[in-house]
Amino acid sequence: MSRDKRIREPMSDTHLLMTITICIFFCMYFLAMAVWGGGFLRWQQVFDMLNNNAALIIVACSLTIVMIGGGIDISVGGVIALVAMSCVVHLNQGGSIFTAALLSLGIGLAFGLVQGYLVAYLEIQPFIITLAGMFFARGMTTIVSLEPQKVAHEGFKTLMNTKVEIPWLGYTAKNGNLIPARMEIGVVVALLIVVLVYFMLRKTRMGRNFYALGGNSQSALMLGINIRRTRMITHLLSSILAGIAGFVFLMHTGAGNATNAAGAEMNAIASSIIGGTLLSGGVGNVIGTFFGVMTLTTIKSIVTVSGLRDPWWQSITTGAMLCFFILLQSVVLSRRSRGKNRKNQREAVK
Amino acid sequence: MKRNFLSRYSQLLVPLVAVLLIVVFNLIRDPGFFSIEVTQNNTGNTVLSGNLISILNGASELAVLAMGMTLVTAACGGQDISVGALAAIAGSVFVKVLKSGGEITGLSILLAFLACCAVAVIFGAFNGTLVAVFRIQPMIATLVLYTCGRSVAYWINGGATPTLTSPLITALGGFIPGIPVPTPILLVIVTGILFALTFRFTSLGIYTQSVGVNQRAARLNGINTVGIKLLTFMILGACCAISGVMAVSRLSLINHETILLEIEMDAILAVAIGGNALGGGKFRMSGSIIGAYAIQALTTTLYAMKVPSTAIKAYKALVIILIVVIGSPVVKQAFGRLTARWRAGKGGVQA
Repeated sequence: MSRDKRIREPMSDTHLLMTITICIFFCMYFLAMAVWGGGFLRWQQVFDMLNNNAALIIVACSLTIVMIGGGIDISVGGVIALVAMSCVVHLNQGGSIFTAALLSLGIGLAFGLVQGYLVAYLEIQPFIITLAGMFFARGMTTIVSLEPQKVAHEGFKTLMNTKVEIPWLGYTAKNGNLIPARMEIGVVVALLIVVLVYFMLRKTRMGRNFYALGGNSQSALMLGINIRRTRMITHLLSSILAGIAGFVFLMHTGAGNATNAAGAEMNAIASSIIGGTLLSGGVGNVIGTFFGVMTLTTIKSIVTVSGLRDPWWQSITTGAMLCFFILLQSVVLSRRSRGKNRKNQREAVK
Repeated sequence: MKRNFLSRYSQLLVPLVAVLLIVVFNLIRDPGFFSIEVTQNNTGNTVLSGNLISILNGASELAVLAMGMTLVTAACGGQDISVGALAAIAGSVFVKVLKSGGEITGLSILLAFLACCAVAVIFGAFNGTLVAVFRIQPMIATLVLYTCGRSVAYWINGGATPTLTSPLITALGGFIPGIPVPTPILLVIVTGILFALTFRFTSLGIYTQSVGVNQRAARLNGINTVGIKLLTFMILGACCAISGVMAVSRLSLINHETILLEIEMDAILAVAIGGNALGGGKFRMSGSIIGAYAIQALTTTLYAMKVPSTAIKAYKALVIILIVVIGSPVVKQAFGRLTARWRAGKGGVQA
């Protein structure tokens, strides 16, 4: 009985948008496999995409959390740059990996506390506060070090080069050797975070509170949710994840630079949107966000493979893709709400 | 009477306090900070120079964009983050038309300006359609152009960063011979007057406001809400064209990557410092303009204090946070409660 009911219940907006994204991602990837073959046929291509975007996946998760809560956080790119630069300087001055990791968490925590307090308790628009946060983080990065810095710490270098090898997803090279698929530690961290955030959002009271807050903060207040604290927690989590992303970013690049992760915040927002998170709040899913990142990355590699070598094509196609997804979502959601209204009217007439 | 005046202009309190703080700080630090000198520049014109002039001059692009951004914010309850990219596109079109037309004359500059205005308005209409017809949040809708705008500008110029060499262009970005005031300031004044006339003789201002306050109510009262939203985006497009042309003629070249970089953030900030609600509704354009000059004054002050240009952002962020905390609803309420208690206490004594 209950099983039947569940089947007949229409999909929630979150799941519908996510399903569309996942379908489009697989269609696109299979198309790429069929047309261009080559690298796309190997699992390593997927792992390369993950290796290059581990930090982006993490900050896209943090943006998803904040956007579900009805806010926005554009300081994440700046926090990544600041964390990466501070960790490099710390490691090169003889710090250990453990203290560097603590440092990155600490910077994230500090940004989260200040931004969260100002947004939640002083009721200032999150856009302005996190914009100031972005300016502050970018400025501080150049104060920490103006010159690009390379990691010289031996332990950290071995950590950077440690890769998880998956032999059964590898491929056989021309000389007959089996080359296993390689995945960086950062990817493991990123995937772990995706899974954790997924369960946090779906199964815990705090996660459900985020949806309630973003859906309608007045109703959330009536339900007895401490909306200020909840809003603060969304920003806190977001900044802490950005701190972790900074560390992961450093594990991938091994260097700190003032222009690190430039535009990461907008890429993260775009990924979240493609994955079906709405900026208006209350709708979103972190699995969709993950596929949003993968979709954006696949587009970029398709553009590179397909021979459009002029530097402007990548971002123009990305923009067009984004436009397509936004329009699709808008049309799907408005049709759905129209259908629902009609159904309600019919039931009212009965 | 006095109360009435205060409540009418209370929105301007925050930006004015911000400007006042910066001015007082500068006067304490260096009493001669705002002195204006009459000097000869390298082409032999008599020109005004000094920190005040450089603030007014440097904020020109920002002020024009802030005017357009105020309208979009008021009508749509969201912000356009593609203004920098759109200005880059407009600038590229401006350069492209001038480059293809042989010698640069006043007429060709006018034609190029009209062309880039048309292109920018079309792109603005694109943003506006996404927002008004498809009901997408402005920040998301303009993310599309934000992502690809600068690349489109690069594409228009065929992957080059062309330069313009003409005394007319230098005059447009610097000084017109015989007039001691920088041309961009004059352009801002002209744009401001155009807006003031529009608000005086049309209902654009009140319509925009009513769409922002309550869209349903506005539609039931016969206002074409879709049209108004579209119009605000098209006006913002024209503002982007003006500031793009200013920025191009200032340097006599177009670099799609660096032209007006991150100005969208500053423009939104100017609107917010101007006391306008970022959620739409009532607006005061003068607030945004003062906000734009406050931001530029802050930047100039930091430069004058020998803060390295790369680190300026960090200090700017601290001042911005200070200003928005002062202007935040919670602090305002606490302040209001304090003054109310003070008034009540005074009244009690008199009774």
